[in-house]
Amino acid sequence: MKFTLKIWRQDGPQDPGGIRTYELDEVSEDMSFLEMLDVLNEQLIAGDEEPIVFDHDCREGICGSCDLMINGEAHGPEVTTTCQLHMRSFHDGETITVEPWRATAFPVIKDLMVDRSAFDRIIASGGFVSVNTGAAPDAHATPVPKENADRAFDVATCIGCGACVAACPNGSASLFLGAKITHLGELPQGQAERDSRVAGMVAQHDHEGFGGCTNIGECTSACPKGIPLDVISQLNKDLRTAIKHGH
Amino acid sequence: MALTGLIFVGYVLAHMYGNLKAFAGEAAFNGYAEHLRELGEPLLPYSGFLWIARVVLLASLVLHVYAAVTLWRRARAARTTKYVVKKNKHSSVSSHWMRWGGLTLLLFIVWHLLNFTVGKVNPQGGPTNNPYQLMVDSFEVWWLTLIYLVAMVALGLHLHHGVWSAGQTLGLTNSVRQRVLWKRAGLVLAVVVAGGFSLVPISVLLGVIS
Ligand code: HEM
Ligand code: SF4
Ligand code: FES
Repeated sequence: MKFTLKIWRQDGPQDPGGIRTYELDEVSEDMSFLEMLDVLNEQLIAGDEEPIVFDHDCREGICGSCDLMINGEAHGPEVTTTCQLHMRSFHDGETITVEPWRATAFPVIKDLMVDRSAFDRIIASGGFVSVNTGAAPDAHATPVPKENADRAFDVATCIGCGACVAACPNGSASLFLGAKITHLGELPQGQAERDSRVAGMVAQHDHEGFGGCTNIGECTSACPKGIPLDVISQLNKDLRTAIKHGH
Repeated sequence: MALTGLIFVGYVLAHMYGNLKAFAGEAAFNGYAEHLRELGEPLLPYSGFLWIARVVLLASLVLHVYAAVTLWRRARAARTTKYVVKKNKHSSVSSHWMRWGGLTLLLFIVWHLLNFTVGKVNPQGGPTNNPYQLMVDSFEVWWLTLIYLVAMVALGLHLHHGVWSAGQTLGLTNSVRQRVLWKRAGLVLAVVVAGGFSLVPISVLLGVIS
């Protein structure tokens, strides 16, 4: 397969950056999108050009590093991560535009790589449970009803990729926030810090410069893990409860 | 935002009910307008209820617009570099029209008050204190009717997304079932309110009400 690639190049955080066009031939339809970029990079290095910087790690769809906006869709046309996207999802001769996530809270480091440590700071401001260290408790010591366990597991699949922010017209991270709040809030271990968690995480979210949610729903359709919109309602409900309790 | 929005929803439903009195004739319509002023008497003075409603609505409007402007500004600050290509995949048209549609409603509300409440602007029949007469005179002018119909499209879109969005904001849509219910309520309210309000101007223009 043959592609025309329009890729965002930016030398560093201060560089204004811009789109550059590359032609790539003999791409296999079984390559992942990242492998296709690897091939392009080898071609660039061979031609004595700077390779394109992009984020990736596991290449198994579980770490959430591979953040690319492809043809205006977070992680491209399939509901998956970029590393699990294959070139057969495109047609031969297609022009593909690749951009970094666009959010003030995710500043571009170089080319397609952005700094997502804002998410880490949000987690650090409440997205955890405090437990005693020492001997591990019995597996059955704290029973969890099945419905709660199921919902907690479903939303615990959030990999913190940031596709929800990238797709959101408001640049809000509410789906990510909601996933974390719901995950811990459904479990008995998450109850002690439930109020301070939501208050702390929402405050940090706003402080980082993410936008406010207006329930448009682009986030959930971009999410590779299919986190549903009801976690945002849960987030608002928990926040309301926390405020009632004086937070 | 959600609370003030839901106050508006209650208000537009009551307002629409009043408008539909036009189909019962001049006496019923003007009688209803007078009834609103006598509501609560003697506990409240004449027009007392009306003034309470006006103060609540005005305060809601200020808060609602303030919240809307804040959200708009936050969204602009949250993404200062635009995408070269951006697709919206599964969101409704109404959700993308909340801001411009809301601005349309704001302009409409100003004009609407000038037309019927504060100024009683009557381009066709001249000044009158008869609400029914003012309404018929106004909607016999095609472009006045058109302004109303455009505003009702904006209101329908606003309600379609707004009602369900308010459910989310208030934390009442925590399951698939609740989400579907609120989305459906938004659609029904949008059709009923926009449709109900549009009936009267269209009927006047077509001569069904005169
Ligand atoms: C004065 C004109 C108005 C303006 C400028 C305005 C603007 C807005 C904006 C920008 C939103 C953003 C929230 C979102 O996108 O979900 C919103 C939400 C909403 N609006 Fe309005 N609006 C106006 C009038 C109305 C009226 C007349 C009603 C009801 C009949 C209404 C009901 C709602 C509701 C229910 C919401 C959802 C609240 C939420 O998401 O929590 N608005 N409005
Ligand atoms: S909610 Fe979905 S899109 Fe957002 S960070 Fe988590 S996995 Fe990524
Ligand atoms: S590289 Fe880990 S999810 Fe794609």
